[in-house]
Formats: sequence, C-alpha cells, structure tokens
Amino acid sequence: MVAFLIRRLIQAFIVMFVVSLIGFAIQSSLGDPLRELVGQSVSEQQRETLRDEMGLNDPFFTQYLRFGEKVLKGDLGTSYFFKQPALEVILNKLPATLELVFGAVMIISIFSIPLGVYTAIRPYNWVSRLVMGFSLIGISVPVFLTGILLTYLFAVELSWLPSFGRGETVVLFGSWETGYFTRDGLLHLLLPCITLASIMLPLFIRLIRAEMMEVLSLDYVKFAKSKGLSPLRIWLVHGLKNTMLPIITVGGMQIGTMVAYTIVTETIFQWPGMGFLFLEAVNRVDTPLIVAYLIVVGAIFVITNTLVDLIYGLVNPTVKLARQ
Amino acid sequence: MNNAELNPIKDRSMVESAVVGNKGVLRAQLIDGFKRDKFIIFCFSLLLVYLLASLFAPVIAPFNPYDLSQVDILDAELPPLWEEGGDPRFLLGTDAQGRDMFSTILYGTRISLLIGVGAVLLQTLLGVAIGLTAGYFGGKVDSLLMRIADIQLSFSTLMVAIIAAAVFRAAFGEELYGELAVVILILVIGTVEWPQFARTVRASVLAEKQKEYVEAARVMGFGSSRIMWRHILPNTLSPLLVIFTLQIANAIIAEASLSFLGLGMPVSEPSLGALISSGFEYIFSESWWIAVIPGVVLVLLILVINLLGDWLRDMLNPKFYRM
Amino acid sequence: MALLEVRNLEVSFRTREGIIKPLRDVSFTLNQGERLGIIGESGAGKSILAFAILNLLSRPGYISGGQVLFDNQDLATLSEKRLRSIRGSRVAMIFQDPMTTLNPVMTIGQQMIESLRAHRKISRKDARVIAIQKLKQVQIPSPATRIDQYPHELSGGMRQRVTIAIALLLDPLLIIADEPTTALDVTIQAEIISLLLDLCVSNNVGLVLITHDLCVLSQMTRRMIVMYAGRIVEQGPTKEIINDAQHPYTQGLINALPQLSIPGTELKQIPGAVPGLQHVPSGCAFNPRCEFSMDICTRVEPGFTCSGGCSVACHMVEELVNSMGEDL
Repeated sequence: MVAFLIRRLIQAFIVMFVVSLIGFAIQSSLGDPLRELVGQSVSEQQRETLRDEMGLNDPFFTQYLRFGEKVLKGDLGTSYFFKQPALEVILNKLPATLELVFGAVMIISIFSIPLGVYTAIRPYNWVSRLVMGFSLIGISVPVFLTGILLTYLFAVELSWLPSFGRGETVVLFGSWETGYFTRDGLLHLLLPCITLASIMLPLFIRLIRAEMMEVLSLDYVKFAKSKGLSPLRIWLVHGLKNTMLPIITVGGMQIGTMVAYTIVTETIFQWPGMGFLFLEAVNRVDTPLIVAYLIVVGAIFVITNTLVDLIYGLVNPTVKLARQ
Repeated sequence: MNNAELNPIKDRSMVESAVVGNKGVLRAQLIDGFKRDKFIIFCFSLLLVYLLASLFAPVIAPFNPYDLSQVDILDAELPPLWEEGGDPRFLLGTDAQGRDMFSTILYGTRISLLIGVGAVLLQTLLGVAIGLTAGYFGGKVDSLLMRIADIQLSFSTLMVAIIAAAVFRAAFGEELYGELAVVILILVIGTVEWPQFARTVRASVLAEKQKEYVEAARVMGFGSSRIMWRHILPNTLSPLLVIFTLQIANAIIAEASLSFLGLGMPVSEPSLGALISSGFEYIFSESWWIAVIPGVVLVLLILVINLLGDWLRDMLNPKFYRM
Repeated sequence: MALLEVRNLEVSFRTREGIIKPLRDVSFTLNQGERLGIIGESGAGKSILAFAILNLLSRPGYISGGQVLFDNQDLATLSEKRLRSIRGSRVAMIFQDPMTTLNPVMTIGQQMIESLRAHRKISRKDARVIAIQKLKQVQIPSPATRIDQYPHELSGGMRQRVTIAIALLLDPLLIIADEPTTALDVTIQAEIISLLLDLCVSNNVGLVLITHDLCVLSQMTRRMIVMYAGRIVEQGPTKEIINDAQHPYTQGLINALPQLSIPGTELKQIPGAVPGLQHVPSGCAFNPRCEFSMDICTRVEPGFTCSGGCSVACHMVEELVNSMGEDL
C-alpha cells in the first residue's frame, strides 16, 4: 500500500513538474510583466535595470527554479486584471465549477449504469435500439450545441428555466457557496449539468454496454448460469462488478475531458466558474491567471487519477496494492 | 496423438471462424453488406453530398460571404424562405451581418471538413510513425512512448487543444491568429489525438511480429523499415480505417468547440462552429436560424460520419485496442 | 431406468450466411451412476452438445430439434424457471479452463454459498459449513482459510478442485464435464481424473465426460461416443471400441495415439482436417478423409448399423455386417 502510494506520488510529481515547466514557458514567452508593472513612460535604461533587478535577464533555468519555489509556496503571481493573487482568484471560482461537475457526474452515473446494463442484456429489442440510436446522436451533437438548443428550448421558447448564472446560493462552511440548497440554485444548475453530462452519458452507456456484453460472454458467467442462479443475480453480481472495474479507470480518465468541457458549458451559461474565468483571462492576455489555471487543472487531473487508481486497487481483489 | 489435437480449439471458435471466414470473403461481405443495407447507402450518399458541396462551394454558393461588397447590413437577420418575412434571395435567411446563410454554411462546411480531414491526416501520420516505432523496436522505446500516450490521454485532448490554442492566440494576437487559424487548428487538433492511432498500430505490430513472415523477411536481410512498410502496415489497415473515420467526426467536433470558444476560426471566415457561435446571442432575439441551421448541418455531418465509422467497425470487426 | 436420454438432438446457429447445424441427430442414453465418454476432434460439436444438454446455448445457437429427457422432463422445452431448478442442483457442469470459470472478484466461499442458497433455503452460516465440507472432500488443504480466498490466489489444479466441489455441492445425479483436464499440467491431470472418478463412484453420480483424449476417456468410462462434424459416428463399450474400432475415423483416432500403438511402429495421422460447418461434405461427412471411401459414401449419409456391442454409422461396416448376415 505504502509502496503503491509512493510510486503514484512520484508519478504525480513528474506530471506536475512537466505542467509547471509548460506553465513557466508560457509565462516567460507571453506578455511582458514589466509593462504591466510600470507602463510605457519609463526609459529604456531604467527598464533594463529593472529587468536585472527582477531577474528577468537570468538564465531560463534559474528563472524556472525561482518560479517553482514560488509555486510550491502557493504564489502563482498576481492577476493583471483582478490585481489579486491568481491562485486566490481561481480558487474562489472552484466551488462553482465543482458543483457543475458534481451534478453532471450524478446524471451520468444515474442514467448510464442502468441503461448500459439493460442494452447489454437485451441487445436486440426496440428499447435498446432506441437507446443506442439516441446515444449515437448524443455523441454526434457537440456540447456547445446541446447547450444552445437546450437554452433555446427551455429558456427562450418555453421560459421554464433560467439561461445563465448560478442563481441564489447559500454559503456553506464559511466560504463554499452552493446552489444545491435553494430552489433557484437547483433550477440554475439543471441546464448546465445536463449540457455537461450530454457528451459523456452516451459514451458511458456505450462503454458499459460493450464491457457488459463482453463479460456476459465469459466462462465464469456461463458457469454461474450452469449453477442455476437467477438471471438477476448473474447480471448484477457476476456481470456488473466485473463490468464496472474497467469503467472506473476509463471514468477517471474522462474527468479530464469533463473539466475541459466545463470551459464550454460555463461559457454558454455564463457560469461563474474556473472555465469561464480562464477564457476571459485568455481574451485579456492575463498570463498569471492562465498559468495558475493550468497548474490548478493539472493538479486536479493528477489528484483524480491517483484517487481512481487507488479506488480501483481497493475494489479489485486481483490487484494487490500491498505487494507491489 | 493427432496434430490437430495438440492445439485444442474450442468448438465455439470454430463456429466463429465459420461465420467470419477469410479475408477475401470479408471484402465480399463488405460489398455485400453495403448493397444490402439501404440505410448505409443513404448515409454514404449524404456524405458524398457534403463532400461535393464543400468542394464546389464557390460554384454553388449564390454569394461570396468573404466579399464584403456583396453584403448589405440592411439584409441582416432575415428569416429563412419558409418563415414569415423570408426573402426569396436568401433560401436559409441571413445572419447578423446580412450574409446569405446558405452560402456561409457552404463555405463553413468546407472549412470544417478541411480542418477535420487535415487534422486527422496529421494524427495518422504521427500515430502510425510512433506506433510502428514503439511496436517494432519494443523495450524501452516502447514503454516510454506508451507512457507518454497514457499521460496524453489522461489529460483530455480537448483540454490540451484549448490551452494550446489559447496560448497561440494570446501570443499572436487576435488578428494574426485569425489569419493563421486553419493551419494552427490543424496543427493543434492533429498533434493532440495521436495516441489512439499509435496504440492500435502498436498492438497490430506486436501481433504481426509473432508471425513467421516478418522473421523470415528479417532473415532474408530486408531492412526494418521495409518490413514495416511492406508487411505490417497493410495488415493494420482495417482498424486504421475505422479509427480514421471516427476521428474525423471527433476532429470536426473539436474544431467547432474551439471556434465556439473564440479560439478557432474568426467571424470573417467562419467554420460551422464559428457560425453557430456568432449566432448564439441571437437565439434570445428569436433569430434562431443563425445558430440552429448551421447546427443541424454540423450534427448531420458528424452523425453520418459516426454511422459510417460504426458500420465499418461492425463489418471489418478488427481487434481494437480498447480505450 | 435411464437417467438421461438424448433423442435426435439438433442444434442450429443463425449466422449472416444462413443457418448452420453444428450438431445433428445425436442420440444416446445414460443410466444412473453410469459414466459416458464423448470424444472427437476440435470442432466436432462436443462442447456444443455439453451446453445443449443443459439448454444453456446462448445466441445465436439454439436447440432446433430433438429431446433431452432427464428424469422424465424434456430439458429442450422446459421453462427457464424449471430449468434453473435443475441446473446446478440435479445436473452440474465442470468447465475446461479453471482459470476462467471462477469469477475473479468473488471469493471461493461466496461462489459456493450463492450456489447452495439458489437451490435450498439455508442460512449463510450453514451453507458455509457445507461448502467447507465439500472443499475437504476434493482434498483442498485447510479449506476453512481457502474458502475466503479469491480464485487468483489458488493454483490451476486447486481451482479445478474448487469447481468440482461446486459441482458436487448439491449432490447432483449427473455431472457434465467439458474437457476438465485439458488446461492442466499432465501431473495434475492425473490427480484430477482420479479424484473425479473416485467422487463419481462413491456418490453414484452419472458422468458425461467430454474430451479429445482417448487415454483419459479409457480410464474413466465404460461407454463412449465418437463424434465427427456434429454427428455420432460410433457408439459402444469403451473397451470394445478401443480394441476393435469399426468406423475408419475411430480407427484413425486410435492409430494416431502413441500410448496404445505398438512401440516402434509409425504413428498414423488422419489426412486432411475437420470440415468447416458451412462446408460439411455431402453423404458421409468423413468421406474426403477416408481411405475406404466408396461411391455411395459421397452421396448417402450412412445410418446406424449394429456391430457387436457397438452402433456404427458407416456404409462399409453396414455392407460387411449385411454380408455376414447373409452368410449365416
């Protein structure tokens, strides 16, 4: 167990190192921090002295070390636009994004497992064909278009649901603003969460179906049948658990894609989260914020992937965390 | 003991081999299945229509949407012909700048397909090269390359594409980025999605490597590159064809998403995604067609490609590297 | 009275090219406590027969004709619910590869207890006691700790013992063993065979042993069936067939066996290969590979002829028997 954790930590460290290197490369090539600080009115000579003082003329690696040291202390620079520490700006927007992802993950889990299992058990009947047909359409509609169509239908034409923002939120544990405890907040969550779920749901239905069909054709399922077990037990106990094991791994990988699509979803619904902030930062060439986003997202990837591996190891008896 | 008995194959595999048959039968089956399946013929013809329409867009389109002299702002936001207030000059209405939607969509499809196909060609090139290298040389080269592929996949490709495009845009400025957008998008989408190709090619190479003819070719003194090109690659064609098809759909989606975020094609030279993006704000003012019609065109295109890809996969039934 | 009676069983597979029949016109009976061997090359339809007896064929295969009478019930037409009450409790199965027959994410105990509880109203605790007792019966050391282990923690031979224990859990009347030793090492093969034989004899359990190994078959069974391309070609007492096979195919099988042929003589192989199911030759399916093939063999499918204690599907044997009959 400890060895497994150490190995994963080393891997995580390497990935974060690469991410920070990319982040630094972006920071040092994008925009001139001096201009942001002092403006245009300073003479060339004064600039040069300032550059020396700030260490901007040092070799790349020295500068990177300085950058890395700051990052480790949690100092990712100051946002040009907000005039606040970039990390603080991003973390303020984190809850909104996480709530969006949480809602989408809930929708995906609730629908993909039963639908995937059902279409695997009854691959030829009309309900399954319908589900598979819809899932193919679902895969073919880009997320932003789903968002636009949902907005047009439910917000513009029918006026049932709000089309932007988080609505009324409640503060939880001192700083976490949540939309899950007010009616208005929940209504605002509905369309963005469905939109974000729309790309993954069909993918997972198809994935679970394919995996389940494969599992159901394996020897141990035939053996279970020959033992005279009920079909329900064969599907749920013998089939589902073995189906879900590889799905956990794939699911972990898809969290990255999910975070990417929060940028799209938040843009459509003007959701005040990290993704929307990132896009604004790109438009304003707010380099410290771009780099901070990169590092925070990198950290999220690394943490979720490590967690998923850990869960996989704990759930799957054939993987021994202890001995590896 | 009988030779056949030393290699016990289950009865089931025999039934399967009876069903699948050999390669010649397979090709016949493909053509046969194609003739039988009317729906697939329909999909294929639709794709052909898309390809021809985008190829001959300058000939077919009644207006040139890039030519500002042909655009009159007074024609802005006219609904399609069948809606009340439609103008007979504009079959599908006009957008917010007064451009003919039909023409803009034709040109937009052209750009979307160009970027989609271009990016996937680049992916194939990279993926096949990396996959062949990894599979053929094996060992440390292989594990390093596959490790990179894993990490690349765990960071979502769209995420990497967004960040790369964002950095390019911030570095070049909006105007220069707009001019270079087609090339940049092909590069960005083309470089981030190689692992799928690489893994599939590698898996086939590993399978082929076991076979005697590769060893024989090596013994006869053919160089490794020649063995790879002449012997291994043809055997990986059918899975590659399936991935190639499905990846075009993905690349078009990726391009459309980037354009929607303002990181893709500029409004002056819009792809389908950029068109939808510029039409988005007008759905609130009831001018739904500016976003919805290109949306339908885009979805139909992706759907047709996905259907063809799925059909190819079912017909060719290649061994896939499972994602 | 017969425990199992299979009458004219036919199995079909629906494929894109149409219907193929991997099993045709299979009939045999098995009495209580009797052990029957079924032999044939890969592709002869042995495993399909095993699954068809318990009506366990899955798409695209199905029983398209004939009867499987077990305890006066026709398993081919019985309702799924009634079938389930028979599977595992009255008729049990043992599979070929113990590496894949046990569910990798469930402990041995879980997989035994679920089987018991599916057929008997019994508490988990009591079920566990029975499970441990059965593990002891199949000579698994320290069964009380083994029962809580996962399949991957056991060796191949151990796992096959576990599947035998599972098969015996509910004291079945009949066990169908589909190549139970093929996937095992030779030394372990012998152990498993003698274990299975002992258990069948001491519990008076009927056995249908499917194998391609004549040695295993001759050790375990008194009666045997030879199958070729989905049909029975010869059926009779094991000793008699091995000593004096009538059908040219059976003769070929035996001559190809080093252990039973005289030392120093050359091993004979049967020329050619088993036909694919789409291309089963007309007439006698074996005729293209048969050295005694006659004109009639390519046209007419042979019926069964009684010769001694055996029944043989071969035109040559039929002629021979007829001419002998005329002589008498």
